[in-house]
Amino acid sequence: MEKRFRNGTLALRGVDLDIGRGDFLSLLGPSGCGKSTLLRILAGLIEPSAGSLDWPMAVHDSRGAAKPKLGFVFQEPTLLPWATALANVALPLRLEGMARSEREHRAATALARVGLAGFETAYPRALSGGMKMRVSIARALVTSPDILLMDEPFAALDEITRFRLNNDLLSIWQEAGFTVVFVTHSVFESVYLSERVVVMAARPGRVVREIAIAAPYPRDEAFRTSAEYAALCRTVSLCLGEAIAA
Amino acid sequence: MSEAIALPRVEEEARPRPAVRRVLGLSRDAWPRILMPLIIGIASLGAWETAVRVNEVPPWIVPAPSVIWATLLRDWHTLSVSLWITLQITFAALASAAGLGLLLAILFAQSKWIELSLFPYAVVLQVTPIVAIAPLIIIWVDDVRLALLICAWIVAFFPILSNTTLGLNSADHNLRDLFRLYRASRVQELFLLRLPAAMPLFLAGLRISGGLALIGAIVAEFVAGTGGRSSGLAYRILEAGYQLQIPRMFAALFLICVTGIVIFLVLGFVQHLLLRHWHESAVRREG
Repeated sequence: MEKRFRNGTLALRGVDLDIGRGDFLSLLGPSGCGKSTLLRILAGLIEPSAGSLDWPMAVHDSRGAAKPKLGFVFQEPTLLPWATALANVALPLRLEGMARSEREHRAATALARVGLAGFETAYPRALSGGMKMRVSIARALVTSPDILLMDEPFAALDEITRFRLNNDLLSIWQEAGFTVVFVTHSVFESVYLSERVVVMAARPGRVVREIAIAAPYPRDEAFRTSAEYAALCRTVSLCLGEAIAA
Repeated sequence: MSEAIALPRVEEEARPRPAVRRVLGLSRDAWPRILMPLIIGIASLGAWETAVRVNEVPPWIVPAPSVIWATLLRDWHTLSVSLWITLQITFAALASAAGLGLLLAILFAQSKWIELSLFPYAVVLQVTPIVAIAPLIIIWVDDVRLALLICAWIVAFFPILSNTTLGLNSADHNLRDLFRLYRASRVQELFLLRLPAAMPLFLAGLRISGGLALIGAIVAEFVAGTGGRSSGLAYRILEAGYQLQIPRMFAALFLICVTGIVIFLVLGFVQHLLLRHWHESAVRREG
């Protein structure tokens, strides 16, 4: 698959990825390597210039197009500032035309899932950065997506908050079993979270290598401090170093 | 998802609301905002009154505040009728400016082509001095009230149009992507995203237009008044000028000022009510 922007920049070249159902996959690379572009193509927000996306497992919708249900988490929380946490989480259901009581019930469940029970009526500005990101994740989960696409969701958070959100994301993923494609520029985060790290290089954006992270789940703070984790981070770091130099 | 186990509730607390100390029902820091201008106002009026009395300035040059006040009470019947006429024109102009400005801005947001073709003409309407075209409008439109309304509307409508257009286009790009991702219709995007996002700018425009609608109404009345075909506050000023009833002129002027201030405060209050939950402009800063 390729993507060339209208200004002629080749953003992605020869990207060929297989993503299995229920995978946790990280896209890791320097800025400008097209990892966000790839994610936006997966989300259907932009079209690839060449090549295609196949969703063999997806249900066919009314127009006969095979498209899985998607959840998207942006780098910023991207919430409606004039709406409460509950209304923000219920937004995707509202756009689907679901009845008010039903969507509010589901939104409340999703908020509880990300640890925000009791914050239904809070407005985004009253929430901390980490809590806003939790609301954003709850909104992505509320439609019970098949695939969760995350674009550097924790990049703007402090490390302590990030670790907690990493753990919470893993436990939600393990229990729900959806597929995650996680864009990050943090080696440590990608190794900690994923089953597979896809290392990308820039100009033009391309996949350099895929590294399997074989460590078993559940992963916790013990894993974060283990020698195995350090060794994996080293491998991925070296690979990323080569990708940047290439 | 149905049998999902909830994560333990996040420990961090939402930012606590600062306790506001109240004096006579108003928060403590609201008082200086009311008292300081009041003190300045009373001091200036006192100085004015003293200067007029000490120098024995005749009332047809500068009347003392006490004389103006007495005239206001004496002529209240005539003045209140005129005030009511001016108010009607002002509010009709403001309402139609808000309605049409909003509608046109929505139209602009729907199509770049419409915006490109029509916006320059809105600018033309804005930069044309109202005093210059008011006589024409008054000649063309038979109904004086309607002519005045059109003049006031022309002055008031541009800030709402330009602010709302900007507001509708300033919705966060990621949020627009989000709406696209969930296949939102244009109507959904308009009502759930663009209009709320445009609200702060629309209200700011409305606040500017409130004052402008009054100015437009007054200017148009002046123009119409020179032809003797009007009866609003501006006409009272002209009339009092012809008759050298300077205190009455000041009384009418005073009423216009008060009207302008009240419009500004009321619209500010509306702005606060609608935005207080989320917009930085309406939220009290802590610390």
